[in-house]
Amino acid sequence: MNGHNLRHDLFYYLGMLLICAPFLKSHTVYVPLLFLGVWGLRRFAAFAGENRTITGIREQMESLVMAHSSLTVGSILAIALLLPFVSSNYLIDVLTSAILYAILATALNITVGMTGVLVLGFIGFYAVGAYTTGILTAKFALCGFWIALPLSGLAAMLCGILLGIPALRLKGDYLAVVTLGFGEIIRIFLTNLNALTGGPNGIMGIKRPSFGVFALDHPRDFYWFALVMLSLIVLVVARLANSRYGRAWVAIRENEMAAGALGINVFRKHLLSFSISAFLGGIAGSLFAVKQGFISPDSFTFYESVLVLCMVVLGGIGNVVGSVAGALLLIIVPEFLREFSLYRMLVFGAVMIAFMVFRPNGLLGSRLITEEIKDSADDDR
Amino acid sequence: MFLQHLLNGITIGGSYALIALGYTLVYGVLKLINFAHGEIYMIGAYLGFILISLIPAMPPFLQGNLILLLLAVVLVAAVICSLYGYYLEKICYRPLRGAPKLTPLISALGASIFLQNFVMISMGAKDRIFPQTIGMQAITMGGVSFTLLQLVIIFSSIALMALIYWFINRTRLGIAIKATSADPYMASLVGINVDTVISVTFMAGSFLAACAGVMIGLYYGSINFTLGYLGGIKAFTAAVLGGIGNVPGAMIGGFLLGVIEALGAGYFSSEYKDVYAFFILIAVLVFRPAGLLGKGANERA
Repeated sequence: MNGHNLRHDLFYYLGMLLICAPFLKSHTVYVPLLFLGVWGLRRFAAFAGENRTITGIREQMESLVMAHSSLTVGSILAIALLLPFVSSNYLIDVLTSAILYAILATALNITVGMTGVLVLGFIGFYAVGAYTTGILTAKFALCGFWIALPLSGLAAMLCGILLGIPALRLKGDYLAVVTLGFGEIIRIFLTNLNALTGGPNGIMGIKRPSFGVFALDHPRDFYWFALVMLSLIVLVVARLANSRYGRAWVAIRENEMAAGALGINVFRKHLLSFSISAFLGGIAGSLFAVKQGFISPDSFTFYESVLVLCMVVLGGIGNVVGSVAGALLLIIVPEFLREFSLYRMLVFGAVMIAFMVFRPNGLLGSRLITEEIKDSADDDR
Repeated sequence: MFLQHLLNGITIGGSYALIALGYTLVYGVLKLINFAHGEIYMIGAYLGFILISLIPAMPPFLQGNLILLLLAVVLVAAVICSLYGYYLEKICYRPLRGAPKLTPLISALGASIFLQNFVMISMGAKDRIFPQTIGMQAITMGGVSFTLLQLVIIFSSIALMALIYWFINRTRLGIAIKATSADPYMASLVGINVDTVISVTFMAGSFLAACAGVMIGLYYGSINFTLGYLGGIKAFTAAVLGGIGNVPGAMIGGFLLGVIEALGAGYFSSEYKDVYAFFILIAVLVFRPAGLLGKGANERA
């Protein structure tokens, strides 16, 4: 950022204006805003990186949160439990989907964050879970939700294993593209297997679950149910992260060869993380099916996979609480932008870029991991 | 029928190959999947649409030379698009050099969402119909029917590929790109300006993608702002099929993918058209993980 001078900037912005020009008709008003945005971001980047006060405040806040982590988590949980009393049904609905996404992000974090395997078609497992529940409880009405829930997880897990056995022998971007293909294949099959999945129309009339006579019909009740599920899953995953398995995963992520040399069966551990992640994805899908009461292939596009991945990365790769935070952020912030409906996604995309530029390690990227990744990046150069 | 499907496949395959080259070139120098590349292709198609719509407003003596005008359209669209590539790299990727591997991926996806919505807001969400220009009437020869446009598309995609091949292997800048993709640090030591090389790589890739966009727009006759998503994924598949980072691989992968798709759609079921590509991809990756022309799998982990 040192070589900035007026002429360079002039060319820079003139060029930008030039390439935007063909697309500008009635929305010319927003062009200065766009330019101001880019200019502001560049200035801020230069400023925030060097300014001691800003970095100092950031570090202090981080250490404060780290030091009182249980207190932070407890108070957030308390707020989450009490929130439905003060919010509208609509807001509860938004929060419930945020929770479902949080479960998904937590699940994806196992493969992407802990094991370091990039999965781009994660929504495929979500779809399998949702459709298993839909088919079992509504389409053919074979069983109730409580049986369908674990079965959905298992179905997704089976898909994960079937995909994982050939795919996990691959590495890096190749693996990513295979999983992307998997997500697409699932969606295309859902659209075309009319007899089983209802084709593009999907499955309707999926009932909400109930505890005996106590049905979870009210959005608030379902919200609490989802919250309990999320807490449970986060707890399990957090415990898992610190277990023998979790440590093996991190070891594999950091250096596969060394991990193998230490006697870790890399392929098996990969497959395990992949299938656990798929299982949880399936559970989330099942919850989604009963929340919506209606599922169709439109809910399971590549965009959703990307969204979940963004949650994991925004929250901080490998950080369990971070994934949840990322999910809340990415679901709730666009809701607030709903007033600018047309510009909502535009802003969303820009915010994603800005976030990555200023906070490449995510909201809560854990120190240890960050430094390790940075080191290895330096080694590559 | 076989020849017919083959010809249609090659037409589409040519543009897959052109887009795939963009993925492969960028992957070569930065070891990064440029997920916004599909949107660049979409923007190219829209630029082509905007420029072609301008043709009737041109002075009459120019309108006689429709071929020349179309060539100019493609060229202008491609040049503007290469600037998009330049800014994309400058804004979304350059600040993130040396950041964790997933970070540029997310900013690429952000850029992709941004560009898609930018085009949607300014051009509308409806399909845009390309104006009819040249070579639309079908010619039938030996049971194969094709349009002149189709032939033009096939030949120009091959010509563009030859051009990029020449550019990479014969010009100083191209050789600098090769050097950078072999070892960026070493390249910088021998006096190559790596930043410039990366910018040029993005611009070259976007140039080709824009050409593919205009050609696809002309071929299908209608475009939509979501065009970049599937086109991008398919081309990426093609790049991986040929071995990502490998220039001839991307070309072969593109043609292969187009042909497989056309044959699959023709002989089996067109509803599953998109599935064949992915199944083939998975099969290739499982049995030959580095792609058809890629080097050993371990090297490119």
